[in-house]
Amino acid sequence: MDTLLLSRIQFGANISFHILFPTITIALGWVLLFFKLRFNATGESKWMDAYMFWVKIFALSFAMGVVSGITMSFQFGTNWPGFMETVGNVAGPLLAYEVMTAFFLEAVFLGIMLFGASRVKPWVHTMATFLVAFGTTMSTFWIIVLNSWMHTPQGYELRDGIVFATNWWEIVFNPSMPYRFVHMMLASGLTVAFLIAGISALRLLWGDRAESVKSTLRFGIIAAAALIPLQILAGDFHGLNTLEHQPAKVAAMEANWETGPNVPLVLFALPDEDARENRFEIAVPNGASLILTHKADGVVPGLNDFVAEDGTALHPRVAPVFFSFRVMVGTGLAMLALSWAGLYFLRRYGAGDMPALPLYAFTAMSFSGWIATLAGWYTTEIGRQPWLVQGVLSTKDAVSDVPAGMVLGTLIGYLVIYAALIIAYIAVITYLARKASRGEPLSTRTYPRGGEAEVAVLHPGE
Amino acid sequence: MEMFGDPAIWLPWTFAALMGLSILIYVILDGFDLGVGLLMPLADDLEKDRLVASIGPFWDANETWLVLAIGLLLVAFPPAHGIILTSLYLPVFIMLVGLILRGVSFEFRAKAPLSQKPRWNAAFFAGSLMASMSQGFMLGMYVMGLTWTVSHVAFALLTAVFLTVGYSFIGAAWLIAKTDGALQMHAVRWAKGGIWGLILGIGAISLATPFVSPRIFDKWFSLPEFLYLSPMPILSGALVVYLWWQINQLAKVQDRMTWGPFVAAMALFALAFAGMAYSFYPYVVPEQITIYEAAAAPESLFIILLGTLFVLPAILGYTVLSYYIFRGKATELRYD
Repeated sequence: MDTLLLSRIQFGANISFHILFPTITIALGWVLLFFKLRFNATGESKWMDAYMFWVKIFALSFAMGVVSGITMSFQFGTNWPGFMETVGNVAGPLLAYEVMTAFFLEAVFLGIMLFGASRVKPWVHTMATFLVAFGTTMSTFWIIVLNSWMHTPQGYELRDGIVFATNWWEIVFNPSMPYRFVHMMLASGLTVAFLIAGISALRLLWGDRAESVKSTLRFGIIAAAALIPLQILAGDFHGLNTLEHQPAKVAAMEANWETGPNVPLVLFALPDEDARENRFEIAVPNGASLILTHKADGVVPGLNDFVAEDGTALHPRVAPVFFSFRVMVGTGLAMLALSWAGLYFLRRYGAGDMPALPLYAFTAMSFSGWIATLAGWYTTEIGRQPWLVQGVLSTKDAVSDVPAGMVLGTLIGYLVIYAALIIAYIAVITYLARKASRGEPLSTRTYPRGGEAEVAVLHPGE
Repeated sequence: MEMFGDPAIWLPWTFAALMGLSILIYVILDGFDLGVGLLMPLADDLEKDRLVASIGPFWDANETWLVLAIGLLLVAFPPAHGIILTSLYLPVFIMLVGLILRGVSFEFRAKAPLSQKPRWNAAFFAGSLMASMSQGFMLGMYVMGLTWTVSHVAFALLTAVFLTVGYSFIGAAWLIAKTDGALQMHAVRWAKGGIWGLILGIGAISLATPFVSPRIFDKWFSLPEFLYLSPMPILSGALVVYLWWQINQLAKVQDRMTWGPFVAAMALFALAFAGMAYSFYPYVVPEQITIYEAAAAPESLFIILLGTLFVLPAILGYTVLSYYIFRGKATELRYD
């Protein structure tokens, strides 16, 4: 294997590992704020118990996200020097704004959020929780802006092969940014909803009957059921946007070789790039035309439109895009089915007496958000190939000239560490759930609520 | 943009200064928490918890200065970023693995089953060691002009050891201020053991730098520059003497002037850094590319600078707030 492919695998491995944890912390930050506010409003200790349990998982996920994120900021330089040399004038400010507006905010207030509850006033602690959640969302925003610009660049001009920014408004609000941002935020929400539902279900299965567990199971199921239709809708809009700006990616997602009307929806196939056709195809007639153009005879672009005269493909490799797209959609549909079934069980039995079957199903789907998120990112990122920045910079022009053996060495090193850490991460979450299920107290303190002292004065009789 | 003269001159200069400031803040702040990590094997089990507690609320923000520094190199001097990081490919990898291990061990050691705690303590130490050693190695390689020859690597290995011991010193100085009782006395002993790394490290780099390039030699040893610059080594010497005296003093009288060693160590780091900055200016890749040649487009730098002017004071403000909230002696770390 050459340096290019190894560097791509290495960056892919790094960014795949990294995104797992922001996907959790982005939404979990807001969920923690919700738990905290519920506690402030009701004074019910179950909300603080829920907060105390999930804040540990938040802290762990956050640390994993920070360290793997640092890795990536260095890999731009060690493996992809051409990226910053060519588009640094656009990517630089966006990354700088992420570090300045998001990283420091989250990092500093995380300390206060985690360890400061006994040192600051309750409202300061709530505020710190808000600022951490806000920081993770800002971070998402800037990264999505940059990533979307790499898919749908505008607001720039080329001088001697170097990109210069001409209109920052156009750069930030590039055509795919709103779709990608909403899609990612919802993905994070779903990942966390299923994680919370899954771990709560596991604790119920272990015989934990704490009020906080019933509440978090209810919360997880309702959040999942509410978010998944929105996500399917957002995904559809995002797909239409991709069709407009990156037709080759959509052609690969659908494994459609010839441009034309009445294109079927391929449910399963083995795309064969040498023969340029699908093997073992199972398809729904007119399906792709209906989904992508909302008309049965709508024209869908085909891969054969994206081939140079000398025969080199100008579209991404078909199979990875095709399959990862199907994994994402399949996981999404499973999420839809389970969360709505969960709603039914919730109404019928309540969270505390839910039968074992749905509890097992939710436990099994605890990390389903990870699968869908990764599959979705593979679809869009591999789908952009052979470009690093669509139409501006090809991936092979950005790679460093570090020897392949060296990249292979570091790649193996990273993979070993990442595998070990994922195992440790899931094991520790399970261990924390087990420990909490045994009824070990999450805290020995009683928490003051904002404004509690005043309330006591107003209602002295109670 | 034009109000301070040619933006192609003052913008790169400003960004080099900002980057230098970030690196200096990083080296001091993460220096002390990496240093505390290096001291882990010397502490007993109860002390280990207090060591971690003394840096728990801070380490994440401290590390963010590294992201800012590398980010500024990346955004302000893109070609230099590529050259420096590709030539330091392996040490960067080792540093990143170290930072990964160190960062996650913080969490795992407190959350994993008790029986696994020693393993995560070991990972915490190993991560701190890898990060410190590789940073010292990269410092040495940078001073030597980023070329891989046997003598350069030998020098870089030497600076790796010195910086690591230097970090353990500033870590011990931090502990002197943040702990009390028997642990504080241990920290005083550790500081005594680590001060030589600081002295030898600063000495080695100060001596080696002028001989790497005649340009740098002339900057230091021609008149009248030599006279203007002489306060720097004199002040450094005075700080070392003070450090030595203060630490011996602390061994006799407990818990008095406990911030003295840490503040003096910060000043020493800052002086050494200023000296290096003076030596290498205007080059960002030593003797190859100047900050003016490597700078990104003024329009892009200006956009970043605008944001920086608003955000940097806020960052400094809430960093101070965090150190204020967690002031005093380090106690047990609790979520509640």
